[in-house]
Amino acid sequence: MSTPRPRIRLDRNEISKGETIEVKTLISHTMESGQRRDRDGKPIPRKIINHFSCEFEGQTVFACDVEPAISANPYFQFRVKPDRSGTLTFKWIDDDGTEITATEEVIVN
Amino acid sequence: MRIVLSRRQALFCGFGVAAAAGMKLSVPAFAAENDHRDMIMAFTGGKEPEKGRVMLDLPEIAENGNTVPMNLMVESPMTEDDYVTDVLVVADGNPNAGVATFHFSPLSGSAEANTRIRLASTQNVIAVAKMSDGSVFMDTKEVKVTIGGCGG
Repeated sequence: MSTPRPRIRLDRNEISKGETIEVKTLISHTMESGQRRDRDGKPIPRKIINHFSCEFEGQTVFACDVEPAISANPYFQFRVKPDRSGTLTFKWIDDDGTEITATEEVIVN
Repeated sequence: MRIVLSRRQALFCGFGVAAAAGMKLSVPAFAAENDHRDMIMAFTGGKEPEKGRVMLDLPEIAENGNTVPMNLMVESPMTEDDYVTDVLVVADGNPNAGVATFHFSPLSGSAEANTRIRLASTQNVIAVAKMSDGSVFMDTKEVKVTIGGCGG
């Protein structure tokens, strides 16, 4: 499987100081829980996204430690309140160590 | 053989058959035997969380336990001096109690999160929020699950 491509949607990129932005993120991932068995009865090893984070200019805004109880194609919606213009960096970490990152620019007037 | 398996590896649907059968028959409010209490106590440092300030929104009946929409909101001004630091979400009827731990900061502006979770059977979902002053609050929602998120 190729590296999953995350999808990020901000309700707007440009805000006035003091306002918040709603962020929606989605990434394609089977989130294999480690609880299932294959046809021969052997357990299918766990492979999930175990951590998601959103940073603003190096400062963590929102993060989530993810357990297998998060559905396939994990979706996170949250809010950010940047105090100046800058870059939001999103990061997903897979059990196998793969890191997937994406960025979005925001403008604060 | 089973003894060498960690909790994480414990079976969802295999060994789970017996457990799940038991869960479905027992009273939903006290459905499960997983370690959700220990997880809450470890999270709060032994403090009993108070009810309130946390709003956990889940459907009353979930037809498909594989993907249950969950919305979480904690009342807080979210300023540098007074904000929600972490929120632990556990499910008392899943093979593993842990669902997710959210970390917020004053830059979040508002302690809100929305995601989709897996529920193996009818059970309670519990959210515990930790504030920057160390106080802890919680909310509980029972979700009736028609088709469990066994993923089998």
